[in-house]
Amino acid sequence: MWPKRDEGRPPVGQPPTAPPPVPAAAPPQAGGYRPETTRTMEKDLVNIGKSVVIKGELAGSEDLTIEGQVEGTIQLRDHVLTIGPNGKIKAQVFAKSVIVLGEVNGNVTATDKVDIRDNGSVDGDIVAPRVAIAEGAHFRGSVDMQRRNVAQPAAAAAKPAAPGAPSQPQAQTPPAAAPQRVGA
Amino acid sequence: MGLLDHLARRTEPARAESTAAPADAVFTTKALRKFLACLTSRDSPTLLDLGPVVGSNVTFFGEQLGCKIFVEDIFADLDRHAREGKLDALPSFFGTRFPQEAGTVDGILCWDLVDYLDWKSAVALAAELTRLLRPDGALLGFFGTAQRGVDREYTKFIVVDDANLRYRAYPAARGRQKVLLNRDIIRLFSGLQVSDSFLLLNNLREILFRKPAA
Repeated sequence: MWPKRDEGRPPVGQPPTAPPPVPAAAPPQAGGYRPETTRTMEKDLVNIGKSVVIKGELAGSEDLTIEGQVEGTIQLRDHVLTIGPNGKIKAQVFAKSVIVLGEVNGNVTATDKVDIRDNGSVDGDIVAPRVAIAEGAHFRGSVDMQRRNVAQPAAAAAKPAAPGAPSQPQAQTPPAAAPQRVGA
Repeated sequence: MGLLDHLARRTEPARAESTAAPADAVFTTKALRKFLACLTSRDSPTLLDLGPVVGSNVTFFGEQLGCKIFVEDIFADLDRHAREGKLDALPSFFGTRFPQEAGTVDGILCWDLVDYLDWKSAVALAAELTRLLRPDGALLGFFGTAQRGVDREYTKFIVVDDANLRYRAYPAARGRQKVLLNRDIIRLFSGLQVSDSFLLLNNLREILFRKPAA
């Protein structure tokens, strides 16, 4: 009596339903097939393994992760250098961005950022516009963030507090001629 | 039943708070603002931080104020000497510890380091710091006012802003030494002049020293 409903067709006035989502990266199949996305990602990741020791100049034009040891110079001017947790570097480092999870002994220069993560260690001078050092990281050396034309917030704040403002008790240190013990 | 559930739910957050790690205390600072004013009056100032590296401090001083920061963790050196039983060697160690040239540093964050040193070591360190400081440069030091028993911990001072510091304690191999009188502190840094001094509610003295202009 009633006409059979067409299950595949959307009701009138509603937009057609989207096709079921396709998983972005399916697990590799038995025949060795891998989706294109995975292959592209792997192509861009270059890793120097734990057992590799390099002495000399290391230069490249792609992102690099070092888990081994490098002594000398590392230059990745426009790319990201990651020193893995097992990486041990005794070198001058130049890169766009440097992420340190292992040990670096030498000066690090980055055009973008140096990021020393927890348990990462740097002994050397850092030159970069942005530097992040995590709690638990080790650093000894100098940091030069090459600030240019940045406002000076503290200059305005350097004025003494208003006389009526609530504040903690202040004690001017007495002159040396009339020393006075404070506290204790 | 409903009432019991309600009461149980009400007590849960309180229990959770009691098991959580205590938050670091934030204290007002009076001298930091003046110290920053000394730094910002210079172009690309050089700052020497004698405490452990604190990422947010590096960002604050480097990114916001444009300082070049030298991190020389003297607390770590002190700890090492204490563990190795070589505290007697500290005065001579301080004499060669700093690679910076004399008169090249605009500001020194000494924090409360002097409280942990014996007098001889403190004299040696103060002499070195005075030598490193540029004429008109500033040194910020904190000094306790009371012996606090056995407190084997150092404090990381984390800059919240120019008026507040967060205190974060961490274990130390050596406790605070004798409390210094004001006259002792002045004698210690005899090459510098006291510019400002504040006694805070937490019983810490903040003293800002300036090196007389040449």
